[in-house]
Amino acid sequence: MAVYVPNTEQEQQAMLKACGFADVRDMYRDVPDSVYLTEPLDLPEGQSELAVRRKIEAMAAENHVFRHIFRGAGAYNHYIPSIVHTVTDKEEFKTAYTPYQAEISQGVLQSIFEYQTNICELTGLDASNASVYDGAVAAAEACEMCHDRKRSRILVSGTVDPHILSVVRTYSFGRNVEVVEVPVRDGATDPEALKALMTPDTACFLVQQPNYYGILEAIEPLEQIVHEAKAKLIMSCNPMTLAVLKTPGEYGADVAVGEAQPLGLPLSFGGPYIGYMASTAKMMRSLPGRIVGQTVDHEGNRAFVLTLQAREQHIRREKASSNICSNEALCAMQTAVYLAAVGPQGLKTVAEQCAAKAHYLQKQLEEAGLKLAYDQPFFHEFVTEVPDAEQILKALEEKDILGGLPLDDHHLLWCATEMNTKEEIDETVQIIRSVVGKGAEA
Amino acid sequence: MKLVFERSRAGRGTAYFPPLDVPAWTPETPLREQPPRLAELPETEVDRHYTELAKQTYGVNDGFYPLGSCTMKYNPKINEDMAALPGFTGLHPLQPEHTVQGALKVLADTEKYLCEITGMDAMTLQPAAGAHGEFTGLLLIKAYHKSRGDEMRTKIIVPDSAHGTNPASASMAGFEVISIDSDERGFVNLEELKKAVGPDTAGLMLTNPNTVGLFDPQILEITRIVHEAGGLCYYDGANLNAVMGIARPGDMGFDVVHLNLHKTFSTPHGGGGPGSGPSGCKAFLAQFLPGVRAVDGTLTRAEHSIGDVRSFYGNFLVVVKALTYILSIGASGVPKTAANAVLNANYMKEKLKDLYPMAFDHVCMHEFVMSLEQMKKDTGVTAMDIAKALLDGGIHPPTMYFPLIVHEALMVEPTETETKETLDEVIDLFRKVYEEAIAHPETMAEKPEHTPIRRPDEVQAARNPIIRYAFED
Repeated sequence: MAVYVPNTEQEQQAMLKACGFADVRDMYRDVPDSVYLTEPLDLPEGQSELAVRRKIEAMAAENHVFRHIFRGAGAYNHYIPSIVHTVTDKEEFKTAYTPYQAEISQGVLQSIFEYQTNICELTGLDASNASVYDGAVAAAEACEMCHDRKRSRILVSGTVDPHILSVVRTYSFGRNVEVVEVPVRDGATDPEALKALMTPDTACFLVQQPNYYGILEAIEPLEQIVHEAKAKLIMSCNPMTLAVLKTPGEYGADVAVGEAQPLGLPLSFGGPYIGYMASTAKMMRSLPGRIVGQTVDHEGNRAFVLTLQAREQHIRREKASSNICSNEALCAMQTAVYLAAVGPQGLKTVAEQCAAKAHYLQKQLEEAGLKLAYDQPFFHEFVTEVPDAEQILKALEEKDILGGLPLDDHHLLWCATEMNTKEEIDETVQIIRSVVGKGAEA
Repeated sequence: MKLVFERSRAGRGTAYFPPLDVPAWTPETPLREQPPRLAELPETEVDRHYTELAKQTYGVNDGFYPLGSCTMKYNPKINEDMAALPGFTGLHPLQPEHTVQGALKVLADTEKYLCEITGMDAMTLQPAAGAHGEFTGLLLIKAYHKSRGDEMRTKIIVPDSAHGTNPASASMAGFEVISIDSDERGFVNLEELKKAVGPDTAGLMLTNPNTVGLFDPQILEITRIVHEAGGLCYYDGANLNAVMGIARPGDMGFDVVHLNLHKTFSTPHGGGGPGSGPSGCKAFLAQFLPGVRAVDGTLTRAEHSIGDVRSFYGNFLVVVKALTYILSIGASGVPKTAANAVLNANYMKEKLKDLYPMAFDHVCMHEFVMSLEQMKKDTGVTAMDIAKALLDGGIHPPTMYFPLIVHEALMVEPTETETKETLDEVIDLFRKVYEEAIAHPETMAEKPEHTPIRRPDEVQAARNPIIRYAFED
C-alpha cells in the first residue's frame, strides 16, 4: 500500500511525545466525540503501485479511442508535437503553486506573460489574463465584466455552443441577470432580431465565430448594432482559426474569449481545457483572475510579477471582479509551447488544412447525397442533413470512425482537422455511401 | 532571461505537418490583415527556452513548500502516468456512452469515494477549482431556497478569517455577505453568530479546521444555530487534509462541501492550475447539482439542475489522478495522511513557538499562524522580510499576510509528506533567520540576495501595467 507518509511509526510516536500528546486522539482533542470516526471509512484498502496501475489501466482499457475522428463541437482533435508534453511534464512547472513569490517563480511568471502576449496577438486586443477554467466559463466571465446596475441584460446568439450558453445562464442565475437568446436564421445570427432585442439596459452581446454550426458569421452588421446601442461586443473564437480569420480586435469587439484546447491540449474527455480572455485596454481592469506584468527588481533587472491584484478576491473579497483563484496555468503554458513550436506559419498551416479538409469532406458528402443544412460559408465544421443519423454513426463506428455529432435524428455536425487524411475522408464517405445507398457500388 | 519573442528569428521553425492532400481552401470571409507575431523558433530553441524557465521555477520537487492553506504535498508520479494513458487522453467528450464506460467508472468511483470521505450523498466533479466549487455549492443553496419559495434568504454569513474566495463566491452567487468576527481564541464567536442569523439567512460558509489552523470545537453548535434559523451550512474543504478519515463534514452538520483535489488529493498545482473543485451535497440538494453525473454507466442530469458551471465533466484528467491517489492510500491511509499532516504541523509549531509568537497558542491542525507584529514594532522587520530571508535559505516561504485578522501573519503548512529531518532542518533555518533579524534588522529589507531576481517593484507593475511584450516593429 502506497501511503506517502515518510515518517516511521516510531518517529511518529517520538514526535507525538515531543509535542506533549498522549496519542492521536489527544492531538485531535478539539474534535467532539460524536463526530470522531471510530470505524474505518468504507473505502477499498490501499494497494501497491503496481496493483493500482493495473486497476486504472483496466479502466482506461474499457474506453475506446477512435481511429479517425470527425467530431468537434467544442473539443478538437489536433496534432500535438512531442515537445509540448515534454515541457509541461517538467516537474518544476508541474509541482509549483501560483507564483506568489516572484523571486523564485520567474519561469512560470514569464511563461504566463508570453501566453498573454500570444493571446493579444491572436485576438488583436490589448490585454489578456492568465486564463480561466475553460472557454464556456470565459464567456460567462466576459458577460460578468460587461453588466452593471443600469445594463443588466445579456444577449447571446442562438448559434453559440449550447455548453457555453448553459454556463452563461448558470452564472447569470447567480447574479440575477437576464439572459436572452437571439434568434437564428439559416444557421447564423439574425441581425434584424438582434436589433429588435437591443434595449438601453442591454449590457452585451455574445457571438461565436465560427459559430456552433461551423458557420462564419457576418460580424460587421452585428458589431454596428451592438455599438450603436452602446453595449459591448463579446466574441467567442476558436483561437486556431485566428491564425487566418479577421480578429475580434479588427472587428471592434470589446472582449474576446474562447476555448484554447485546440492549441496543444489533448481531447482528454473534456478536460483540463483552458479558457482565454482578452479585452481592450479600456476594460483591462475589469478582467477576472490573474494577470502577470513586467517590472524591475531592486537591481533594475527585468522581472515579472502578478499584478493589478486590486481586482482580485484575496484583496477585494466580496467586491472582487471574480472569485477565481486557481486558473489553468499549466494549460496556458501548454498552448504557449505549442505556439512556440509550430510558429505563425505552422498555425496558419493547421488552420488552412482544417478548412481545406472540411470543405473536401463536405463536398464528398454532398456527392454521396448528404446536403449541407445551411447555405453559408463555414470553416472546419458544418451541418449536413441525413436520412438517419444513428444508422450512419453506427456504420462508421463499426469501422472505428467517430462520425459527426448528431444534433437530432436528421442532422450531423461534422468536423475535419489536419489529422484527417484524404484517404480516411474517402473511406468515411464510402461507408456513408453504402448506408445511404447512393453510389454504394462505385 | 530572454523572452520567447526575443529568441525568435523570421523563417525559423520545425515542420510538423505533412503537405495538404486535398484542394486548398478558398476563403469566403474576411481575413486578418497581419499574421500574429508568434515566436519563430527551431525546436532546440523552444526546448532550451523552457528548460531555462524551469530552472527559475520552484516546485514541490525542488524542496520544502510550507505554503499555508495550499497543502503543497508531494505529487505521486504514478498519478501522472495514469492520467497520460491514451485510453483517457484520446477520448472525445461527446463520444457515445458505450465507448467511454471506463471513464464513467472513473467519475462514478471518485464521486462515491469522495462522498464517503466527506459524508455527503452526491457530488459533481464539474467545477475546475476550489473557488469554482464554492460558487457551485452556493448556487445549490440558492436553488434550494428558491425551490421552497423562500426568496427572502439573501445573506451568507462568512467569518472574517475566511479565504477571500468565500465572500467573492457568495457575491457572484448573488448573495449579500455578512462578515462575523472571530473570538479571541480564533473560533467562531457564537454570540455574534446568533445575532447574525435570521429569516434572511441563506447559509454559513465555514472552513473547519479554520484558516488560523484550529478545529472549532463548537462545530455542532454552530451548524445547529444556522439550521435552526433555516439556513444551510457550507463546508470549505480547503483544509480537509487535516481531518479526512478523522471526522466528516457531513457528520458535523454541513449540507454542502467543496474539495480541492489539487490540495488534499495530491494532484499537482501546475503553477496555478489545472485544479479540480468537486462540490458535494446531502441528498436533499442532489436534485440541483450541475452537469451530468455517471450513474450506472449512464450520464444523468439532475431533475432540477442549476445548469452547468463548465463544459463537459470538469477537469477529467485531474480526477483520474485523485482516484489513483485514493486507491493508493486506501481506507487506512486516509486518516494516517491527515494525522501526519497535523503531527508535522504541531511538531514545527512546538519547536518554533519560543521565538515566533503564535497567533493562537492552541493545538493546531495541519497548519499554524505566527504573528510578527511584535517584531515589526521592535525592529521594523516585517513578515515579508522574514519570508524573503527564507528564500535565501532555499525553501519556499509560508503564506504571508493571511488570514487578514492576524497582523504580520506567516502561515505554515508542512504537510504529511515531509520527513522529520526536513522539518528539523527547516526549524533551524527559521530560527537562524529570526536571530539574524534581531541582530541585523537593517539588512532584512535587502533579502533575498541569492535568488534569480531580487525583490520586484510591484508598485511600478500595477501603476504602469506592461502585461504583454512590446514588439519593436
